[in-house]
This record gives sequence, C-alpha cells and structure tokens, in this order.
Amino acid sequence: MPAVLEIEGLRKTYKSRRRGTRNALDGFDMRVDAGQVHGFLGPNGSGKTTTLRTLLGLIRPDGGRMTLLGHEVPAALPSVAGNVGAIVESPQFFPHFSARDTLSLLAGAGEVPATRVDEVLELVGLRDRAGERVKTYSLGMKQRLAVASALLKNPTLLILDEPANGLDPGGIREMRTLMRTLAESGMTVLLSSHILGEIQLICDSVTIISLGRRVAFGPVDEVLAQHSSGAVRVRLEAVSDLPTATEALTRAGIRVTGHPDHLMLSGVDKPATVTRLLAEHNLYVSELAPIAVDLESVFLELTATAPVPGQHRQVDESTKVGGTGQPGATAGGWGA
Amino acid sequence: MSLFRTELRRLTKRRFTRYMTLLGLLVLAAVVVGVFFTNHKIDAGQLAKAERQADQQYQEQVRWSEQERVNCEQAKTAGTPNDGRYPDDCSVITAPSRDQIEAEWFLPSTFNFRKTFDETLVPFAAILALVGFVIGASFVGAEWSTGGMMNLLLWRPKRLTVLLTKLAALLTGILAVTLPAAVLWFAGFWAVASFRGSTEKMTSGAWQSFALTGVRGVALVLVLTTIGFALASLGRHTAMALGGVVALMVVGQFGLGILLSMASVKFAEAWLLPTYALAWMTKKVTLQDWDACNATYSGECKPDTMDITWQQSSVLFSIGVVVILGAALWTMRRRDIT
Repeated sequence: MPAVLEIEGLRKTYKSRRRGTRNALDGFDMRVDAGQVHGFLGPNGSGKTTTLRTLLGLIRPDGGRMTLLGHEVPAALPSVAGNVGAIVESPQFFPHFSARDTLSLLAGAGEVPATRVDEVLELVGLRDRAGERVKTYSLGMKQRLAVASALLKNPTLLILDEPANGLDPGGIREMRTLMRTLAESGMTVLLSSHILGEIQLICDSVTIISLGRRVAFGPVDEVLAQHSSGAVRVRLEAVSDLPTATEALTRAGIRVTGHPDHLMLSGVDKPATVTRLLAEHNLYVSELAPIAVDLESVFLELTATAPVPGQHRQVDESTKVGGTGQPGATAGGWGA
Repeated sequence: MSLFRTELRRLTKRRFTRYMTLLGLLVLAAVVVGVFFTNHKIDAGQLAKAERQADQQYQEQVRWSEQERVNCEQAKTAGTPNDGRYPDDCSVITAPSRDQIEAEWFLPSTFNFRKTFDETLVPFAAILALVGFVIGASFVGAEWSTGGMMNLLLWRPKRLTVLLTKLAALLTGILAVTLPAAVLWFAGFWAVASFRGSTEKMTSGAWQSFALTGVRGVALVLVLTTIGFALASLGRHTAMALGGVVALMVVGQFGLGILLSMASVKFAEAWLLPTYALAWMTKKVTLQDWDACNATYSGECKPDTMDITWQQSSVLFSIGVVVILGAALWTMRRRDIT
C-alpha cells in the first residue's frame, strides 16, 4: 500500500534562555499507509501535537523530511492542503459565529461548494443546532464541529487530534463508526487519542511516540503480539490438584505462579504442550486461556508511564528510544 | 479571490464591526446635527441689528475712552500720585476705530461653508480613524486569540497571502464605509450651510482644496486601520493593539508632553504624534515658542515659529506603517503557530 504520510528523522527543538533547550521531536519517524485508520499515541508532552502541527505547516521543523500524499511538505503544502482535513488539539472557533457560518466561511476560503456545509453538519449530528452560536456549544458539540470542519473538504487524509474529547458515550461510538465508514470509503484517517480502548477497536495500525521518538509502530495486532508475554491461565477440574500440576509444569521448565483457584503460566510457546503434560499426570484441564495484552498495557509498558503507588510521575518522565544506556541518547525535557 | 470575498464576509458578519461602525457613524451624525442646531441663518434684519449693536458698542467705547482721558488729565493736573492706573501720556487713551468692532460679534453663530468646512474634516477623519483602528485590531486579534487564524491556515497554508488578504479585505471594508460617509459628511454640512449659514464664494479651487483634505482624511483612516491590524497581528491579540495605543498615548504622548514641558524643550509639540496628524489634515501646523522674542520694526514681540508640514507627516506615517506592518508580516512568516 502506498504511504499517504511519511515522516523521517523529524526534529523540533525549542530554545529558551530561561529554561534551556527542549527537544520536542528528536528524530521522529512515522508512516501511514493509504486507506488505514492509524492511531497516534503518546503520553502528554511526548510530541504528538507538535508532530501534527509541523506536518500541517504551523510549526517550522529543525530537521527531517515529511511527505503528505507523496509531496514534500511544507514546500508542497499549498497544493496538498485541499486534500488534507485536520483538527489540531482542542477545537477553536470564533465564539460569536454559528456553526453554519463558521463552516460556510471555511468553505468559502477553501473553495468548497456551499452544499457540503449541510452534508457535514448532518454527518456529525449538528444539523438542528447549526444556527446557534458556537459559544453556546458544549465541548462535545465543539468537537463535532471541529470534525465537521475537517470533513468539509472531503479529504483524502483526515488528521484528528483527540476527536473524542468531551464526547458522550454515544458520541464516542458514533465517532468510531464514522471513522470506520470513512476508512471504508477510501479515506485515510490519522487519529491521535488517549482513549486506547477506542484506538484498539478502530485502528488498523499504530505509532507510539515517547519524548519525541517513535517507540513502537505497525499493525495493532503485531504491536500487541510483540509485547505479549505468552502468559496462559490454567484451571483444573479439582482445585486440590493444583500443587501436583505446579510441580509437573515446573519440572517441564514452565514458570508457574500459583493462585487459589488457578495457575498462571509464562513462557509457554504452545498451549497444547500444557494440556498434553497435565494429561500425562491424569490432571484434566477445565480452562486454558492465553492472556491477551491490550493496547493500554503495551502503551504503559513502552512509555514507562504506568502509575506507581506513592509516586507522582511528572510530564516528560517516560521512556525514550536510545535513552539512558542506549546509543544516540540525548536528554529530553526542559534544561536538557 | 475567494479568500478575499470570504474575509470580507467575515468582516461584515462580525458584530463588533457592525456595532463599532454604527457607533462611529452615529457620532459623526451627532456632530452634524449639533452643528446644525447651534448655527443660524443670518438675514438682512439680523445683520442690520448687529451693525447697530456694533455702532452702539463703538459709541460706548468712545465715551468711555474720552472719560478716562479726562480723568487721566485731571489726575495729572491735581498731582495725584500715579498708581499705575493711567499712562504718563494721557493722549494715548483713545477709542478703537469703528472697523475694529465687527458686527459679526453680535451675530449668532453661523456656518460659513467655505470658511469652516475644512476644519470639520479633522474630527471626521479622527473618528473614523479610531473606528478603523479598533475594528482592524479586533478583526485579526480575535482571529488569533480564538484559533480562527490557525483553522484558516490549515485551509490556506500561505501565511503572508492570508494575512495580506485579510488586510486587503479590512481596508476595502473600511473604505466602503469611509467614502460614503465622506460624501454624506460633505452633503450634511452643505445642508447645514444652506439652512444655517452660507454657501457663498465656493469656487472650484475651494472645492478642490476640500476634496484634497478629504482624501488626506481617508488616507489617515486607512493608515491607522493598518497600524491597528498590524499591532494586533504582532501580539496575536486585540488587546495588544489597544494596550499598545493606550500605552503610547498615555506614556508616550501625555507623559512625554509633560516631561518636555517641564524641561522647557523648544517646540515640545513637535515630539507628539497628534501634531503630525493635525499637520497632515491641515497641511501645516505652526508651532510657537513664546519664550523667544523676535522684535519687529513696530516694537512688537513675535515668538519663534516652527512649521510641521503635511509632507513631513507623510514621511513619518509611511515609516510607521512600513515598520509596523513589516514586523507583523515578518513574524507571521517566521513564528510557530501554537
């Protein structure tokens, strides 16, 4: 599949006389293939929004290469902007205009037919409230308007930064359906979000960023598989057989953690070996379940941002590829 | 072109633009109405009455000076010590000549179009320039502060084109208000002069002079609109322009004025911007230094003078516009939009 978005070695450094230097993006790479819904994940301050802003020409990069729809940006941005719909960070609109006026003015600036305004208002569920001023809208309604503004161009690539922010549960589900529908219609969607359950449900592939560098990427299944521990939960017909089973499995070289009513096994390549081994000892399995990892646990593991009791993690305290002890490490955070 | 039309639509859709324009036009209308009701048409009867009152005043002055001269001579003859009430030579106490007492003094205020209209163009330009400044600052400042500019740049990623198109739309909008307002201003005062004054002696030269002053007034409105726009764009907030101008006027102008006056600086007004705005409108402002005395052949003491011309003002305003707008464009091109 051709790439609609490619980033190689993107760098952005903020320099402040008072606070020193901060590498917001430190050689970041990314690739999004056509027709996919691609999740873009990272802890707060990891560089997600900076990446999107840089890609869209709002921030000047200090190095690296970016292409959108096969064109080098920012140089070719004026020619590709018509095919890229985007919302970056929180939705911001002139509060005294109605949603219809807001979209109508954007349509005018972008030479989009005025009829498209009503189409997108219908699509995001704002049809009946389109005449009201934006300042009367809830955060969720503003978010819907932002998505509508991004969809107005009927873009080839849709970039959405936290589109589910402020949405009610029904709205989140609608947004999920909308993303899938858009992707099925051939639109590529780049979705930045912290709702990892949503990302896992919606996205075909993901990129995880931490402190300005990519820490994982690829199809969601592959990323999950790469970080799967091969753990298996085993229950037996009789709980009293658990000690015997533990002994047999340990002798076979499997790491076993005992629990009152089940065993947790790790380092199991094939679950079938477990059933065979236990059957040889006349122990019969009532449940054998490989433990699936979810995106949230992979994310927390990769970015090292899992909460630790008694500790207050600070922004910028996360994993960096090539960090301490790794080649090419450069420190992140203010004062680096 | 679509961007220009859209920006023009955005400008006219904004309530602030509408209210400020309405407010400015109402103030202008109030000035015309006020001038109308405070002036009167002078007929022959009123003129004759004023002449009689001037005659009467002249007679009173003659009687009074005659009386004073007699008193002076009596005091001199009696040897009363001169406490400074009378001059040494009593013959210098004379009545003013008849032509020094003008009948005009006894007439109600009347609007002479040829003599007075020029002066009315100064408040006209000042009011519309203020409206233009505030609308210009708000037009781009609100766009920056509400994120509208960022949204627009996602659609039209040519930054300078976007900013300059916005400015062009703004100036077009301001011009679209100023030109008809100027025509109505001329018409309004022509009506005032017709019903409450005089429209006599209006030669083509006088019309040309008024037209040129009007054009300079429109230019002043556009210059201040541009400066308001550029300042707000620089600070990415309407308040930047408004705060900047308040700071400039309060600290830079009133403060500077007081400081210069305390330091007895010669021609202190030459350091103040309103002097140049006035010189731009009236073609020339002559500053006077009353601390200097240049004696004339008649023994009169004349102050030093300094002329500020409209050409000097045009240089100052041109430099101001180039520097401020240039800075706004430069930062627009360079800055990260976050």
